[in-house]
Amino acid sequence: MIRLEKRPQPSKAWIWSAPIVAVLLTMIVGGLMFMALGSDPFEAIRTIFWDPMFHPQFAAYSRPQLLVKAGPLILIAIGLSIGFRAGIWNIGAEGQYIIGAVCGAAAGLAFYPSDSIWIFPLMVLCGILGGWVWAMIPALLKVKFGTNEILVSLMLVYVAQNVLNSVASGLLRNPEGMGFPGSRNFKQWDAAHNSELLMNTGMHWGVVAAFIAVLGAYVLMSQHILGFQIRLSGEAPRAARFAGVNPSRIIVFCLGLAGALAGAAGLFEATGPAGQITTTFNAGYGFTAIIVAFLGRLHPVGILLAGLLMALTYIGGELAQLMLGLPGASIQLFQGMLLFFLLAVDVFTNYRLALTGKETV
Amino acid sequence: MKRRTLLASAALALSLGTSAFAADEVTAGFIYVGPVGDGGWTYEHNKGRLAVEEHFGDKVKTVFQESVPEGADAERAITQMALSGADIIFTTSFGYMDPTIAVAAKFPNVKFEHATGYKRADNVGVYSARFYEGRAIQGHIAGKMTKTNKIGYIASFPIPEVIRGINSAYIHAKKVNPDVEFSIIWAYTWFDPAKEADAARALIENGADVILQHTDSTAPQAAAKEAGGVITFGQASDMGEYGPLPRVSSIIDNWGPYYIDRVQAVIDGTWESDDTWDGIGKGMVGIGEISDAVPADVKAEALALKDAIAAGSYHPFTGPLKKQDGSDWLAEGETADDGTLLGMNFYVEGLTGEIPN
Repeated sequence: MIRLEKRPQPSKAWIWSAPIVAVLLTMIVGGLMFMALGSDPFEAIRTIFWDPMFHPQFAAYSRPQLLVKAGPLILIAIGLSIGFRAGIWNIGAEGQYIIGAVCGAAAGLAFYPSDSIWIFPLMVLCGILGGWVWAMIPALLKVKFGTNEILVSLMLVYVAQNVLNSVASGLLRNPEGMGFPGSRNFKQWDAAHNSELLMNTGMHWGVVAAFIAVLGAYVLMSQHILGFQIRLSGEAPRAARFAGVNPSRIIVFCLGLAGALAGAAGLFEATGPAGQITTTFNAGYGFTAIIVAFLGRLHPVGILLAGLLMALTYIGGELAQLMLGLPGASIQLFQGMLLFFLLAVDVFTNYRLALTGKETV
Repeated sequence: MKRRTLLASAALALSLGTSAFAADEVTAGFIYVGPVGDGGWTYEHNKGRLAVEEHFGDKVKTVFQESVPEGADAERAITQMALSGADIIFTTSFGYMDPTIAVAAKFPNVKFEHATGYKRADNVGVYSARFYEGRAIQGHIAGKMTKTNKIGYIASFPIPEVIRGINSAYIHAKKVNPDVEFSIIWAYTWFDPAKEADAARALIENGADVILQHTDSTAPQAAAKEAGGVITFGQASDMGEYGPLPRVSSIIDNWGPYYIDRVQAVIDGTWESDDTWDGIGKGMVGIGEISDAVPADVKAEALALKDAIAAGSYHPFTGPLKKQDGSDWLAEGETADDGTLLGMNFYVEGLTGEIPN
């Protein structure tokens, strides 16, 4: 008989190799699935993981798109990861992302058609504020009344979605849009357009912000006393309290930061790649970012890589659909496998296999 | 495979486009908003794609991508399709409008056809079907069949196409049954079986015994079947597997002939951007078989209505009609012009509730 035995302390080797093993297992099992669907498994895996970066026909376009897709995921995941390290489970980044975009867009549209250079900075500021305020709701409810932030933040996603439906077909609707819902297109309004900073690189302000967030989070968590307090609150809440850490302060800080970053990501997306506020512009980044945060072991550099990997599976998955005619659902299944294997392999970080025969007592 | 190497250089310059290299074979691409197995909207577009394949055989290759979200992802999906060498791309949902226009500007040699939108360019045409003609027939049957006088309507998004459908169904239900009432639920989705089923159940619990849907899944049909004593209509696709009850008829989108026509134009080099809005007459909108659950006289009336619309002798929006706020819209005998219909953002008199805004 084989059984799991708890390790005295988490295995360093497994912490870093688990994601790689998970990716390899996903490739193998996913390949078998693609084979069962009648495609060449090697071609399918190559299309997903290799072609977006190196295919002669697509790569020039899809390589920058990796950054476009990964940018908001990384930005949101960084904010979430800091809370997760402190044991604060903000599941509602999607809502903060939506509200950030709506507030920022509204602030900008109030000055339409001004061409002042202050329009875009104002929108970013309002986007950050919007996300922050939306995250303050679960934070303050938790601090004051001890409510569960998982439930409150998640439920607020649905509220945010309805706010979005309302403003996209009402308050922010394009008056020249023939009655169709959706705001003005920011791509056609230079002052508010989050355009590519360098042609054909995919770098827009949101991607820049994501890189800055990675650096900032790294410094915060490894160099700053607040980062130490956050980690301590997560790992040993009682010890943290004895050390004089104020739990309310940590809750407000972590949720607020995550909300602010998610709000900024929403604004950058709405004014950049998405181009307008519509009822469907959000596309689930806030939820996918949770996966990215865990895939990256809640570590800033890990999140950077995980965000890029996630973007790769999205774009590669699209190419696989297009080039090989694979069904869309199989791509989602493939992405699901990645998370499943990661969680499964993760067991070996804290446990090891042991043969029961050797057991004494 | 040969074309890939040829295209390697083209890929470096997005603006070059790709159709110049497509000598022997024409590629037609399709972008779908739902899965091809949704049984409704996307299913029918995909049937149109298959019709193209069958009609042209080896001369035309088709590619598609399903469940493409409307927004930033759509622009990438369309671009990649253009890069892959497609000569004509059909983007089959309203939310693809701005992305289609943006991509089309980068690929002047690729033709684009956007469904249900209103923005055109030299290489972007638009097409849609006059579904409201089918809604008139639905409304007629619904008005005749309801016993509770309550008709439930699952709407998707508050866009003119959906509002036209509601108005058309209501006008014709009211005509044959002055006591009829419509309750409308906005689902804010084109395809979400769970949400659609919830909406159907809520409407049925409130006494509706007819469910009309402008969403694409068969979930409302299943919910109606479960409740019993409720009739429904297939949406976008026949949904005949739910007949003879609850499904008593359907509006069927028939895109095949249009797609064949446009692909042929690309082959011939005669493709030009245009604005197509066809209805029952041209066969773009089909009425699914009216089941035996509908009394013979109602069925005969419905078919007569269908023939009149097809022949052009009757327009579903014929005055006298007033808007919801009581102001005059169409005078006696006057028919609505296409411009008003395309931008329709008001209910007709008698409908309750507000269009979300």
